[in-house]
Amino acid sequence: MLLEVRDLQVEFRTRDGVAKAVNGVTYGVDAGETLAVLGESGSGKSVTAQAVMGILDIPPGRITGGEILFQGRGLLKLKEEERRRIRGAEMAMIFQDALSSLNPVLSVGDQLGEMFVVHRGMSRKDARTKAVELMDRVRIPAAKERVRDYPHQFSGGMRQRIMIAMAMALEPALIIADEPTTALDVTVQAQVMELLAELRREYHMGLILITHDLGVVADVADRIAVMYAGRIVESAPVHDIYKAPAHPYTRGLLESIPRLDQKGQELYAIKGLPPNLMDIPPGCAFHPRCPMARDVCRTDVPPLYEVDEDRGSACHFWRECLHGLDG
Amino acid sequence: MASTAEPILQVSGLVKHYPLTRGIVFRKQVGAVKAVDGVDFALGKGETLGIVGESGCGKSTVAKMLVNLERPTAGEIRFKGEDITKLSGKALKAVRRNIQMVFQDPYTSLNPRMTVGDIIGEPYDIHPEVAPKGDRRRKVQDLLDVVGLNPEYINRYPHQFSGGQRQRIGIARGLALRPEVIVADEPVSALDVSVQAQVINLMDRLQGEFDLSYVFIAHDLSIVRHISDRVGVMYLGRIVEIGKDAEIYDHPTHPYTQALLSAVPVPDPEAREHRERIILTGDVPSPTNIPSGCRFRTRCWKAQERCALEVPALAVPAEFRLTTGPTAHDSACHFAEEKQVVPPEDPSDDLAKGRE
Ligand SMILES: Nc1ncnc2c1ncn2[C@@H]1O[C@H](COP(=O)(O)OP(=O)(O)OP(=O)(O)O)[C@@H](O)[C@H]1O
Ligand SMILES: Nc1ncnc2c1ncn2[C@@H]1O[C@H](COP(=O)(O)OP(=O)(O)OP(=O)(O)O)[C@@H](O)[C@H]1O
Ligand code: SF4
Ligand code: SF4
Ligand SMILES: [Mg+2]
Ligand SMILES: [Mg+2]
Repeated sequence: MLLEVRDLQVEFRTRDGVAKAVNGVTYGVDAGETLAVLGESGSGKSVTAQAVMGILDIPPGRITGGEILFQGRGLLKLKEEERRRIRGAEMAMIFQDALSSLNPVLSVGDQLGEMFVVHRGMSRKDARTKAVELMDRVRIPAAKERVRDYPHQFSGGMRQRIMIAMAMALEPALIIADEPTTALDVTVQAQVMELLAELRREYHMGLILITHDLGVVADVADRIAVMYAGRIVESAPVHDIYKAPAHPYTRGLLESIPRLDQKGQELYAIKGLPPNLMDIPPGCAFHPRCPMARDVCRTDVPPLYEVDEDRGSACHFWRECLHGLDG
Repeated sequence: MASTAEPILQVSGLVKHYPLTRGIVFRKQVGAVKAVDGVDFALGKGETLGIVGESGCGKSTVAKMLVNLERPTAGEIRFKGEDITKLSGKALKAVRRNIQMVFQDPYTSLNPRMTVGDIIGEPYDIHPEVAPKGDRRRKVQDLLDVVGLNPEYINRYPHQFSGGQRQRIGIARGLALRPEVIVADEPVSALDVSVQAQVINLMDRLQGEFDLSYVFIAHDLSIVRHISDRVGVMYLGRIVEIGKDAEIYDHPTHPYTQALLSAVPVPDPEAREHRERIILTGDVPSPTNIPSGCRFRTRCWKAQERCALEVPALAVPAEFRLTTGPTAHDSACHFAEEKQVVPPEDPSDDLAKGRE
């Protein structure tokens, strides 16, 4: 495994109390593979990714348990200096909002070149050449003329492609893309996802794609990890999960989206609201919203049950769910 | 649901240009942002018209003109036959009551310092004839109940509610004056998937209950298909194709609609190998500098010389005019032809059928 996260726990201490943002996340991604991390707002997707990258807000954040193994190395035991070297060179992140993650007062050429100056000790001039090459690579038209332009002079889709160029610059083994296309229009989203998939294939990178869009997941992922209240509730190959989900929450999500290819009847709606992380329900955190919940769900936290060798579900009644026996 | 009677709303030649000026002492107009540049559509009573299109194509500007938050530069908006852009004073006020808006962002569109009761009841200050003072509290509580919120929450503040609940508050306010038309501008875009479904189902239910007609604006094509009877596709300030939902989704004839539909990710991993993608190149041109002829030509893979010279009209294309099939709908393209881009529904897919 290129990256393995094991039983990761992260909490935030705030004035209002302790928010348990991540409560035992376990997932992994291989080289050349795309793992989609899916979940509602606040389910802990970004916090997990920040812990992997080593860019968590500490304090108020704190890692209270678990391990992160990258190419076999335990990242949480490394010194900050070492992690900084890994960041950018061996793993890189793409954020949702390119405009606020690019430096507004530096030209994009300087920002791209910086990577080569800092990590590879290149001269400014060679770094600039590299920057133009990269911009070409992510299909910015007239890269040579535009290398001196500032981020605000590019469209949203182009900025996102520049972010991708920046992440790709040093050919890292792992890329984490946190909602890379949420802010973009569908036609531009399609351009950006296509580019990301192509680069991943070419460089045989591992890709963790964080999203809440079930359509995007179906399009590009090999595996999915579904998060709810800071846990992975289901983890499976993409084809399996769309065919027959083994967790009621996954099933609810799949059924609640309208489809482009059909005119729907009333939509299935998951009842109730996402949980408050300061006060996560006991037992299975999903039980107040779950149509299959029984007494045991209110008291016993479900472990990640083995559905088959590469599939897990954190539901006491995953068999009933998988086989549709809940009536 | 769609009726054939006189439309409740009839929009023709609607235009909104924002002047671009330069100079401080002598302000000179140097151009215009052509946000909306000639939009025509009709909304039948009890019908839902979906409007889709990419960011900046003018959807919100159309919505604002419908509810009179913006004055059109040109064009007509007829409500039950009467052109409301010509009205003022009392007559305008009376018509405005009948066309209400629900906004996109449930986080910023509600005043944080007002209680839910005051927010929902605010329209009554302008139209006291709908609810006399003594009657308001009960009316507001009824509205809370209608949108599925506890009537006892009347004294709470917006921050005490979740996004989905806030959107329900926005809908309750939209309903307060018992309008006949609701213009909803991206009403679920800011919500989580599981909560979106709740709000869409609510809007569906209210439509039947109150005999509402909807203009439903969104960039999510799947949601628009779910809720709409007819759909209009906008590009750079104009509707380029409009028709019944199946005409647009299953039989699109305009290249832009086809590209848009083919780009939507479908939640079915089996479909990804055999779906054709039309990946458009380039960016949307600026609304200050709209291409001549067909405004889509700079990104259209079918563009020819004629496209730069002649503006294609929004009408049933000549080649389909004598047919009665689903391709015979309005499409503003000189070279319109049918192309199926959404995979036909897979009957073996039992998840898609929902819970039986
Ligand atoms: N710096 C911080 N300080 C306090 N709480 C935080 C901080 N960062 C995240 N949290 C909390 O941790 C929880 C998980 O947040 P996270 O950003 O991982 O959610 P997410 O799944 O990425 O959601 P979204 O889809 O909205 O991006 C949230 O409840 C959030 O409020
Ligand atoms: N008050 C204004 N002055 C100048 N230009 C404006 C004004 N309001 C809107 N525009 C411009 O008009 C165009 C259409 O904007 P509009 O908000 O209607 O788009 P939209 O289709 O609703 O986009 P989105 O999907 O991003 O909400 C945009 O180019 C916008 O920048
Ligand atoms: S453990 Fe119980 S409450 Fe949780 S998802 Fe399974 S059935 Fe529902
Ligand atoms: S009129 Fe020409 S440019 Fe416009 S959509 Fe049709 S083929 Fe394309
Ligand atoms: Mg996030
Ligand atoms: Mg808008």
